[in-house]
Amino acid sequence: MRIATAMEGVHYVLHAPQGDTYADLLFTMIERRGKRPPVTYTTFQARDLGKDTAELFQTATREAYARFKPQAMLVGASCTAELIQDDPAGMAQTMGLPCPVVALELPSYQRKENWGAAETFYQLVRTLADKDIRPTPREGRRPRANLLGPTALGFRHRDDVIEITRLLTTLGVEVNVAAPLGATPADLARLGTADFNICLYPEIADTACRWLEKTFGQKTVRTVPIGHAATRDFIAEVAALAGVDASAALDTSNLPWWSRSVDSTYLTGKRVFIFGDATHAIAAARVARDELGFEVVGLGCYNREFARDIRDAAKLYGVEPLITDDYLAVEEAIQALQPELVLGTQMERHIAKRLRIPCAVISAPVHVQDFPARYSPQMGFEGANVLFDTWVHPLVMGLEEHLLTMFRDDFEFSDASGASHLGHGSAPAVQRHAQPEPTPHNDAPLKVEVAVSEPIHDLPVAATGWSSEAEKELLKIPFFVRGKARRNTERYASEQGIAAITLDTLYDAKAHYAR
Amino acid sequence: MRERGQREVFCGLTGIIWLHRKVQDAFFLVVGSRTCAHLLQSAAGVMVFAEPRFGTAIIEERDLAGMADCNEELDRVVDRLLTRRPDIKLLFLVGSCPSEVIKLDLSRAAARLSVKHAGVTKILNYSGSGIETTFTEGEDACLAALVPDLADDTSDLMSLMIVGALPDVVEDQFLRLFAELGITTVHSLPARRAGAMPPVGPNTRFLLAQPFLGETARALEDRGAVRLDALFPFGAEGTTNWLHAAATAFGIDEMHFRRVIAPGRERAKRAIAHSAERLAGKRITFLPDSQLEVPLARFLATELGMQPVEVGTPYLHRRHLAQELALLPAGTIISEGQDVDRQLDRVRAARPDLTVCGLGLANPLESEGLTTKWAIELVFSPIHGFDQAGDLAELFARPLRRRDVLKV
Repeated sequence: MRIATAMEGVHYVLHAPQGDTYADLLFTMIERRGKRPPVTYTTFQARDLGKDTAELFQTATREAYARFKPQAMLVGASCTAELIQDDPAGMAQTMGLPCPVVALELPSYQRKENWGAAETFYQLVRTLADKDIRPTPREGRRPRANLLGPTALGFRHRDDVIEITRLLTTLGVEVNVAAPLGATPADLARLGTADFNICLYPEIADTACRWLEKTFGQKTVRTVPIGHAATRDFIAEVAALAGVDASAALDTSNLPWWSRSVDSTYLTGKRVFIFGDATHAIAAARVARDELGFEVVGLGCYNREFARDIRDAAKLYGVEPLITDDYLAVEEAIQALQPELVLGTQMERHIAKRLRIPCAVISAPVHVQDFPARYSPQMGFEGANVLFDTWVHPLVMGLEEHLLTMFRDDFEFSDASGASHLGHGSAPAVQRHAQPEPTPHNDAPLKVEVAVSEPIHDLPVAATGWSSEAEKELLKIPFFVRGKARRNTERYASEQGIAAITLDTLYDAKAHYAR
Repeated sequence: MRERGQREVFCGLTGIIWLHRKVQDAFFLVVGSRTCAHLLQSAAGVMVFAEPRFGTAIIEERDLAGMADCNEELDRVVDRLLTRRPDIKLLFLVGSCPSEVIKLDLSRAAARLSVKHAGVTKILNYSGSGIETTFTEGEDACLAALVPDLADDTSDLMSLMIVGALPDVVEDQFLRLFAELGITTVHSLPARRAGAMPPVGPNTRFLLAQPFLGETARALEDRGAVRLDALFPFGAEGTTNWLHAAATAFGIDEMHFRRVIAPGRERAKRAIAHSAERLAGKRITFLPDSQLEVPLARFLATELGMQPVEVGTPYLHRRHLAQELALLPAGTIISEGQDVDRQLDRVRAARPDLTVCGLGLANPLESEGLTTKWAIELVFSPIHGFDQAGDLAELFARPLRRRDVLKV
């Protein structure tokens, strides 16, 4: 459906029971499409079971063709229809429809959504691409590339296509066909006229790209341009294939300077856990470590088809790869690793919220708020800007919350004063004590606070041999390094066989760990 | 008019979303495919993250191979589930299209597992599959499965049963009203806890709170209970009529009845009046969704002066809706079933002021310039009774008001 809905002039007849139309609303609500997805469901019911369903399928197909007059049709079976023995492919072929009909075999008890999308796109390309056409000679024209992979319900696909098209235009490369998003069957027919392909989203386009390589000898650009450095690599790869000058497009994003500015120093070594589809997760890990200075402590994906890529990437960061579609396993991993930032999907957002860890969304599946009205690509230089803002924002706010906790005894930050940006568990803004009213000129925004639980390492540890003097001294250390100081001191004490931690132990430990 | 063709409706599994909130120690285990899980996830939105009391046992390739395996597998899943959630007192095995098609006998499985977990968890089954149920019919199938299991009512006194899952706030309002009227024994089906399901017998009189409970009504009648015919309790008039049916059956004095309901009835009328100006004279079409369409069209027509153009319903229970249908203005097209493309052609031709439809159709119709009200909200919001009548009218007035205030 994501492929059919992405394209124009394609209609999909899905042999499916009543109720499966629920999938429509993913497109009309989450993506806010103003058109019904081009899908006809046969919606068979119990009374139709038997011979009737085959007839139902043929009627539905005939009527769908008559009403929508598509340039090409897709036919397939849903999980239930797979079990009843009608053969949509065979039936559609015998009907002699006056347009190409692509029959899909999507084994729904084995495979999942991304695989279905990739297979559908591949089958369409294979059926519709005109195998006899080749690029015209290069003299006197700009190099041409196909942009493959963007679909309906894709995470930021709309804006990524705009951003990458802009980048290619700057390089002097022409987009021959962008598909499936916005393409027609006629567009797919002329895929062969491009000089090379750009595999924007491997989850969707990889199978088709391989076939195009084999059939037309088109080379494929495989760098996914998410992040500043990856975008530069992408430009270099495109420039080499197209024989154009890369420097034309090597303008920079704001990311490098934003990241170098002293305001970002505190980001250094922040422990980040990354999970999503393999492509976005791998790209995010590179940005996290190399461009923001985070420490990647966990990396994983939910799509097994790309498990190998995740394993390879995980080696780069020295972490254990996590390949699972069980969100409880992800939750366990996050709990065990205690990261300071989670980059993930909608599910990880909820997990992080429950565990009170800052989080940003980097991959599908996502909810309606991640199909924003504003321009917000993930790819290219503007995409890098978006990444910086999106990822750092929850952290800045996280720091802010710590400060609020630290100063919670100050009347400006009265405990009962209400919600923070995170929203959960917030109390209404009410005055707890009989505090002096804020003076009228004190118009600073009302700082409010949730009763944030102290970070774990900050909890008072009862069962240690801290002397009260050392304990008091520890409290003088700024809160954001206090936990580390406590841990180091205790480790030092146990290594040295010291039972009672005194003021001296504290400073001995400090000296021991000083670099 | 009756239609067959592509139906743009939910399947009965969706009922789980509100049923599991109502019966607090019940768990709903769907036996189905990834599609079923995906549907519940999409329909339940953020609820899936709150450790909900429903889940899907996903049928995989190897389960399709042989039957014995399937049952063993199911037993294993149920055992694990009940170990993990010992608070579960009632477990529904919910059939889906795949489980129906492969003829997995969930009723036998439920009986087998009930014996195994006897004394702790009761295990029942019903079908919420799309091939057998449409949206709210899932609740009907669930409640009907509960009925054979209800205790016998051995009391000599007449008791009243309110049938249909209502939000707690609405249920409490009704219970207060019946108490004031002097009807002493009033139960709800479903009850809020598995252990508190009402008894049933020849002395049971029941009022349907929802129009989609055909099977449940039949099952109750099989146990000797008697249905009280009434309008459904939407709006001031519908609620009055519904309460009155009970009052008459229980021999409540007419003057006393009037006195008890007067304050609520007056409040309802005042609240409805806020939306009346915006809705009066406006033309409305309902596409089939929940079977609430006919009573709601009646409410909008008789109390707010709207003109129903077409009232579509997935299934028309003529006997339960007889009084409702009689009150619809002459000339209203009643359509049962659906051929969605043809029906949309009719909507486009009639261009009603408001179209009530599912979320798969709402945005596309809006983008064609037709104002819509999405139908599912009518199932999830408290809309029954006097004190919700104003909110109910407002649900229909809001999209029209929004259309008028937007300047973009």
